[in-house]
Amino acid sequence: MAIQQKDRNFLAVIGDEDSVTGLLLAGIGHVNSQQKKNFLVVDAKTPLSKIEETFLEFTKRKDIAIILINQHLADLIRPLVDDYDQAYPTVLEIPSKDHPYDPEKDSVLKRVQRIFGE
Amino acid sequence: MKAKLKGAQTGHSLLKRKSEALTKRFRVIVQKIDEAKKKMGKIMQTASFSLAEVNYITGDISYQVQENAKNAQLRVRTKQENVSGVMLPAFENYMEGGNAFELTGLGRGGQQVQKCKETYIKAVETLVELASLQTAFVILDEVIKVTNRRVNAIEHVIIPKIENTIKYIISELDEQDREEFFRLKKVQANKKKTQAASDKEKADLDVSDQDGIGKTVDILRVADDEDIIF
Repeated sequence: MAIQQKDRNFLAVIGDEDSVTGLLLAGIGHVNSQQKKNFLVVDAKTPLSKIEETFLEFTKRKDIAIILINQHLADLIRPLVDDYDQAYPTVLEIPSKDHPYDPEKDSVLKRVQRIFGE
Repeated sequence: MKAKLKGAQTGHSLLKRKSEALTKRFRVIVQKIDEAKKKMGKIMQTASFSLAEVNYITGDISYQVQENAKNAQLRVRTKQENVSGVMLPAFENYMEGGNAFELTGLGRGGQQVQKCKETYIKAVETLVELASLQTAFVILDEVIKVTNRRVNAIEHVIIPKIENTIKYIISELDEQDREEFFRLKKVQANKKKTQAASDKEKADLDVSDQDGIGKTVDILRVADDEDIIF
């Protein structure tokens, strides 16, 4: 597992235009040799299947350590996000400009509450 | 078998201690996650606001920024931390390569763009921190489950099994002991019976001796008598 982690040094992001722009401005954008981007801009026209596909692709890639996803987008593919329980890459839900952060919906916080709420 | 039981008990207490140590760590991490999530909310808000500023001054730069993304400047690497034999990852971000957006906002608002960039870098740092906490959380959760399962297995399955075996062996040994004792007693009783019989015979012989006073006693015949074993 240690070797596997060594190669993971990118962050991936699925989000609305503003979130992605800001994060890319910080310098996380990367296009690899197969011309695959590590970010996806989702707007009103993006089909749900595209988001699902990208999410699954990111989780399977070996060079991504952290996947950032806007919470309102994570809500759209909630079953996928909730089912995902691998340690690598880590899926992190981030707030977006138009949608304030709601800790109740976060899949990890839900697990936290489940553990301590028993 | 006793050694085995002892081994199982030692293993049990060790595992229990491990699970306690992990749980302690786990609670700390959960608390940190809670704090970090709240912090993240604030920081992302600031970051969005600064991006809005940029948009106001420079105009829409999103297309330009997206097209310019070629090589990641901000990357993460993983460090490992050992907690009771469990490897916990800790992400650490580092810069690599030059600034890809030096020319963005050259016409106007360059300062805002750079400021926004810095804000977002800070936000990403927070996110990376949070991500490593979260990863640690997921791994620890898994490990704690496994450890607890092992503790319970030893406590409720393995130790009773060994104890039962020991009990069985002890009862069997006791049984053997009793049998042995009984046999000894029986042997002794038998011996007593034979002795009593031979004593009686001897007494009879004496009585018959007294009866035949006038008779000549054949010494050789007496010698022919059965040996008396005491």
